[in-house]
Amino acid sequence: MTDNDPLAVPYRERERSVTMERMEEQPVSGSEALVEGDLHEELFTLNIGPHHPATHGVLRLLTTLEGEVVRDIKPIIGYVHTGIEKSCEDQQYWKVITFVERMDYLAYYFNATAYCMSVERLLEEEVPARAEYLRVIHMELNRIASHLFALATGALDLGAITMLWWGCRDRDLVLDLFEMSSGQRMHPRYIQIGGVFEDIPPGWEKKVRGFLDVMPTRLDQYEDLLDRNEIWLERLKGTGVMSQERALELGVTGPLLRATGHPWDLRKAMPYSSYEDFEFEVPVGHQGDNYDRFKVRMDEMRQSIKIVEQALDGLPEGPFITSNRKVALPPRHELATSMEALIHHFKLVTEGFRVPPGEAYVAIESPRGELGCFVLADGSSKPARVHMRDPSFVNLQSLPDMARDSLIADFIACVAMLDPILGGIDR
Amino acid sequence: MPDATGLELIAQRVRSSVADEAVTGTSYFRGRATLEVAPHAVHDVLAYLQAGDEEPWDALMSLHGCDYLPEEPRFGIHYELLSMERTDRLNVKTRVGLDNANVPTVVDLFPTADFHEREAYDMFGVVFDGHPDMRRILLPEDYTGYPQRRDFPMGGEPVLFTFNENKYPRWYD
Repeated sequence: MTDNDPLAVPYRERERSVTMERMEEQPVSGSEALVEGDLHEELFTLNIGPHHPATHGVLRLLTTLEGEVVRDIKPIIGYVHTGIEKSCEDQQYWKVITFVERMDYLAYYFNATAYCMSVERLLEEEVPARAEYLRVIHMELNRIASHLFALATGALDLGAITMLWWGCRDRDLVLDLFEMSSGQRMHPRYIQIGGVFEDIPPGWEKKVRGFLDVMPTRLDQYEDLLDRNEIWLERLKGTGVMSQERALELGVTGPLLRATGHPWDLRKAMPYSSYEDFEFEVPVGHQGDNYDRFKVRMDEMRQSIKIVEQALDGLPEGPFITSNRKVALPPRHELATSMEALIHHFKLVTEGFRVPPGEAYVAIESPRGELGCFVLADGSSKPARVHMRDPSFVNLQSLPDMARDSLIADFIACVAMLDPILGGIDR
Repeated sequence: MPDATGLELIAQRVRSSVADEAVTGTSYFRGRATLEVAPHAVHDVLAYLQAGDEEPWDALMSLHGCDYLPEEPRFGIHYELLSMERTDRLNVKTRVGLDNANVPTVVDLFPTADFHEREAYDMFGVVFDGHPDMRRILLPEDYTGYPQRRDFPMGGEPVLFTFNENKYPRWYD
């Protein structure tokens, strides 16, 4: 313990996030009547969460109010911290995939891909083209499912309960596809180091195409339902505005950054996993308000549909996982006839594979922004550190900037359109 | 990522512009360019890389700690810099030991580092000097210890079977 250890300060003093000095600096906007009154009497601290349906998980928000106007927000997180990163250090590399998938629980294919790409970079393992395409197909379907769920719950926060049923109904179609291709609806552990777990089953492509045919109509229906709804427009347009400069300063990525007009998308800027093969556009907003965030997500779903169609059309033939038996399990039928396959299988299952010492940081574009995975290998069969740069964790810092000096109702809309996933924030 | 030559050029420029001893080394591994920096110079080097360099790195995408036990100094703090214009990444790394685990904060340069630094403090006990709100973020504030350190035990409960139930008396307490 050093002298400047902040733990030396009593907890209650540290927790006192909003001081009176800070309040006095801020001019009162919106209501001239309040300027006349004594600010010290008007301030009111309200605790929202951790258990509240509008916080999208166990997020606690310590808000300071002046009447209906939010003056300051302090996000308090850690309620679902389960130490996944620590648990990963006790698992062999190929078993870690199961753990990282559970961080951002709506974007599991992205977590697994980011992790597998980091390990592949350390191993210098080439991924077959078919596996890259299958990853892209699954990630884009996952992006649609994640955006749909964000839209559904976000609309529920604003009182549009129809959107919850419709969004979850169509998200279920995607989950059915995942179930068919990998056996699980969520957290399927489909992405493997060196490729994917299995080739797609017969008939799957037809089902995906059926879904892709239906989805644009469904998106139009959502827009009919929401985009012409007076309440929806009133509550989203012009609320939660964040400037592009501030978003960049705060490290905000994903739809939130694109809503401010910055066309930053890792799929375009630094293509990975054969994204350079596909034609798609990066939708951007104009003002960076909640409405732009909603529109960007809607348009991104349309672009994802285009990408999946192209990937299905151009799906290359070939292996779906690397043939390096030191990394990937041998096919089941080889075990009965080949001694080497049996040995490799045994070694992989019992000890796992060793990864040469080194560090890798690989970032991909998840539905919420840049999802980076840092892996530190020490030469053993278990990682020495797995860290996820989760976009929700970073984006949450922008919530006070978005919602300051707006009404409580607008602040609920900000949380809805921020789309934080607490599993990813707390890990 | 800048290639190995580009990395050496960056290191040269940092050495001449900030301080000679600010850069302690460079490494290039699997396409990842790492600039190793002395802990006390982190703020100056990042300020230079952000604005002063001819190839500026405008965004800090991630900041995380790691524990290199049994190496000494054991903690590493990584700064993942990104240039959106050149679509390029650079890793800046600093190493601190257990007895002087202090690094200057970069929140004034990159406001995004706020949560990241709190998390690194929470998990490793590395204190970021000058951080406006240096306290635990994910763990309870009365928690003792820094769980991501490699010598922090994994914990867990013993799984009870008939053969070992005598080994854990009063396990139900």
